[in-house]
Amino acid sequence: MLKLTVRRLFYSLITLLIIAVVVFVAVELLPGDTATAYLGREATPQRLASLRAELGLDRPAIERFARWFAGALRGDFGMSLARDKPVVDLIGVRLRNSLILGLSAALIGIPLALGLGIIAGLTRDRAPDLWISTAALIAMTLPEFVTATFLILVFSISLQLFPAVTVVPANAPILDLLPNLVLPIVTLTLIMVAHILRMVRTSVIDVMTSDYVQMAILSGVPYRRVVLRHALPNALLPAISITALTIGWLLGGLVIIEVVFNFPGLGTLLLDAIHTRDIPLVQGIALATAGVYVVVNLGADVLTLMLNPRLRTLRTA
Amino acid sequence: MNEPFVEVNDLTIGYRNRQGQIVNVLRGVSLVMPRGGALGLVGESGSGKSTLGMALLGHLRAGSQVQAGTVRFEGVDPFALNPAELQALRGGRIALIPQNAAESLTPTMRVGDQIVEVLQFNRILVGAEARDLALELLGQVRLPQPEAMFTRYPHELSGGQQQRVAVAKALAGEPELLVLDEPTTGLDVTTQAHLLDLLAEIVAQMGTAMLYISHDLGVIARVSDRVAVMYAGEIVEVAAVTDIFARPTHPYTRGLLASIPRLTQAGIPKAMPGQPPTPGEHGTGCSFTPRCTFADGTCETVAPTLDAAAQPGQLVRCHHWQTVAKIEFSQELQQAFHKAVRKVEPEPAVELAGVEIAYTRQGLIQRLRGLPEPPATVSDITLTVHKGETLALVGESGSGKTTIVRTIAGLMLPRMGSLKFKDYDLNVGVDRRPLELRQQIQLIFQNPDASLNPRHTVAEILDQPLRLYFNLSRSERRERSIELLERVRLGPHYRLRYPGQLSGGEKQRVAIARAFAAEPQLVLCDEVTSALDVSVQAAVLDLLAELQAEHGVTYIFIAHDLALVHAFADRVAVLYQGRLCEVGSTDEIYTPPHHPYTETLLAAAPRPVPGLRPHLLGSDVPELAPPPRGCPFQRRCPRRIGSICDEEAPPWRVPVEGHRIRCHIPLDELETAQVSAAEHVIPLEPLSNSVSSN
Repeated sequence: MLKLTVRRLFYSLITLLIIAVVVFVAVELLPGDTATAYLGREATPQRLASLRAELGLDRPAIERFARWFAGALRGDFGMSLARDKPVVDLIGVRLRNSLILGLSAALIGIPLALGLGIIAGLTRDRAPDLWISTAALIAMTLPEFVTATFLILVFSISLQLFPAVTVVPANAPILDLLPNLVLPIVTLTLIMVAHILRMVRTSVIDVMTSDYVQMAILSGVPYRRVVLRHALPNALLPAISITALTIGWLLGGLVIIEVVFNFPGLGTLLLDAIHTRDIPLVQGIALATAGVYVVVNLGADVLTLMLNPRLRTLRTA
Repeated sequence: MNEPFVEVNDLTIGYRNRQGQIVNVLRGVSLVMPRGGALGLVGESGSGKSTLGMALLGHLRAGSQVQAGTVRFEGVDPFALNPAELQALRGGRIALIPQNAAESLTPTMRVGDQIVEVLQFNRILVGAEARDLALELLGQVRLPQPEAMFTRYPHELSGGQQQRVAVAKALAGEPELLVLDEPTTGLDVTTQAHLLDLLAEIVAQMGTAMLYISHDLGVIARVSDRVAVMYAGEIVEVAAVTDIFARPTHPYTRGLLASIPRLTQAGIPKAMPGQPPTPGEHGTGCSFTPRCTFADGTCETVAPTLDAAAQPGQLVRCHHWQTVAKIEFSQELQQAFHKAVRKVEPEPAVELAGVEIAYTRQGLIQRLRGLPEPPATVSDITLTVHKGETLALVGESGSGKTTIVRTIAGLMLPRMGSLKFKDYDLNVGVDRRPLELRQQIQLIFQNPDASLNPRHTVAEILDQPLRLYFNLSRSERRERSIELLERVRLGPHYRLRYPGQLSGGEKQRVAIARAFAAEPQLVLCDEVTSALDVSVQAAVLDLLAELQAEHGVTYIFIAHDLALVHAFADRVAVLYQGRLCEVGSTDEIYTPPHHPYTETLLAAAPRPVPGLRPHLLGSDVPELAPPPRGCPFQRRCPRRIGSICDEEAPPWRVPVEGHRIRCHIPLDELETAQVSAAEHVIPLEPLSNSVSSN
């Protein structure tokens, strides 16, 4: 069990390393660099050359990567090329904002999804299931920017309950951010709930028709207990990994939603960084996102290991 | 309070199909069981036997409904109970032992907790009291170390142990009636024999009544005192167990009994023509009419009723039972077996010498650390199969039968030794074998559901080998596939069907046709009849024998059913833990001297003869790996003679040319001991003296 966890952790670190390389190469392959982006129309060969020398862009790519990587190991992700600030400082507060948004959506969405999924699964093809499944299908099919725009139209413009876009600065205290959070959270939650719910529903239906659930019923075990003790622990196992995957998707979805609501999170920062070819910043953000993703998946793996006796008692030869 | 214990009256259960018609799975079933009785319920797949069993528990498959009739358990109708009352009935007064214990135990709950749960809800026992009783139950079903078993999860137990847990769970509520739905199907013969023994003992002790559902007449003969035979949703005959087996009066019962291969009889049993109707597709008359040799015009139009027959308590649903009863059944049975005609030629077809096969390779690190290599899965196999011969590989699960066949087919590579087929070296993977060699060796798998692509029509399935191996035009291939279908007795209209539209027997016929489409010389058959109903099994054996006679092919035939092997094989190789124990002609294998393992298997095999109690030798504890030294069977051997068995590999002893037994015990000692053991424990079977006629 411990051995398995340690092994997963080791693989996670390798994943992060590969991501760092891939992001570096990808940005390197884009036409132009920070100097051209920064100088824009004022670029002359001389100014470009001197700026490149100043920023260290004239060094070979391998050397730049090695230097950055050595720094990253010490927790120093370098300076933002375009903004003249340490990458860590830039990311810090934005990561906080995005995490608040993502975690709130997850905290509301996951229990809601599990609950609705279980209800739908247990009432298969009857009224509650039909309502829940249809709603989930609609929520799933609409792209997040459509949902977001629709919510803005109803709650910000017609009802004037929440602000349509965020105007407070990125480093504002959480309390000031709060009203700005509601609509983005609702948008994220809607789509996430739909995905997880459908998975949970299928899995509950599968398990409820399994031999062991039938057997428990035929052994005179009360229905409530059959559901809670025999069915759910088995039905929720596959839900764990799908939830982790959904959270990964949520990180990507965040970029779009943050842009729509102009929310000062990691997503809007990433977009800026890419526009300005700010390689250290892009790399820092990519790594932070990947880190969250890896941690969530690691958590899901460990949780599955803990809940599934088949895996837990597996002899690792 | 003169209610019968169990009374089923005119019960009809059906579901609505897509066209909105009601399809009845059970049709007017009536049944009475006394307290403490043991009723065997026999029937082929789709006969409605499980539906009937579940109905006693007040359970219906989703979509099914009681259309007519009643079920009464001590006067109580389980279908009229509210959920709380139903919970009290189930597990408490009627308990179920299911077919597949592996899937009927909740994987995320400890075995002990699952038993405690039954105690909690059916006997209101909790805490230490429940725990102690659960431990006692685990001991009662003879599980070793109940304390350790209590905390295990189902997947940590072997198939036999899981089934024992299911028995303990069922007994926990101290039920008055046990419904057993094929509880030993899928288990090895020795495990099955031990489990049946255990059940018989416990039931006798507790006075529990049993409804034992099975398709296996050998098992039914062992456990029941009365037997009900079901066909197409109806009971066609009920009688005392001795009458059913000695004086059956329904043509179906007779056909069924005649179609099972017997341990004591070489030769293929008589196949029943046709196949059972699918639910809802029986005519207005007797549903057995199309397959019945006694049928006349009345049978087609008038449905017979279940009437008293000659023996006391015997009921039969047949217009002509009196005519049927006049024919002495033992006579009929003797004529039922026929030996397949074979031309075995002296030249060898397949030669294996010193073959060793391993699934795992030792890693570099383990080798560097000097760890001893673990014993190979299959080792030291030296065998010759002659052209036109049928060699059976016999052994329990894990004996390496399938591994050897897969290696011959080139799906695995041996670690050591040589394999030859005629002049070809088989020591190469199938991907590197020449086309003509691949054409000459064909495989037929156990489960046609898995081996036939469900998205291909029969024509497409047969087309593949024809296209691959022969240079035929489109119309030639079409002609050839029709020929092949006719050869396996399927009409040309089957070409356009999908496997899903065929019955089990038909699917296996298509699989056979596909193998023979390649015009092979060696056909590897992996448990080809074990997924089929008995009445269909004999027909498939006949077909295989005919094809062999016609094309002179060689068969290597895997089977776990020793009676089936006796029916079909020329020679037998008995394997234990991937090592050969005994090789010989069928007659030599089935008469003493045997290897102690062969003896154990033969003794445990259930036989369709009531009153025969299999004698159990050794334990049924499965082994995960062969022992590193000595005789592979040392740990379970009932005739172990001492440390020599653990230390030294036993020598091959040769009673007659071609028969080899690998054992430390001298042959004459083995023979004397085995002959006397057989006389002591097994009463002489009335059929054993009859000689099979050609």
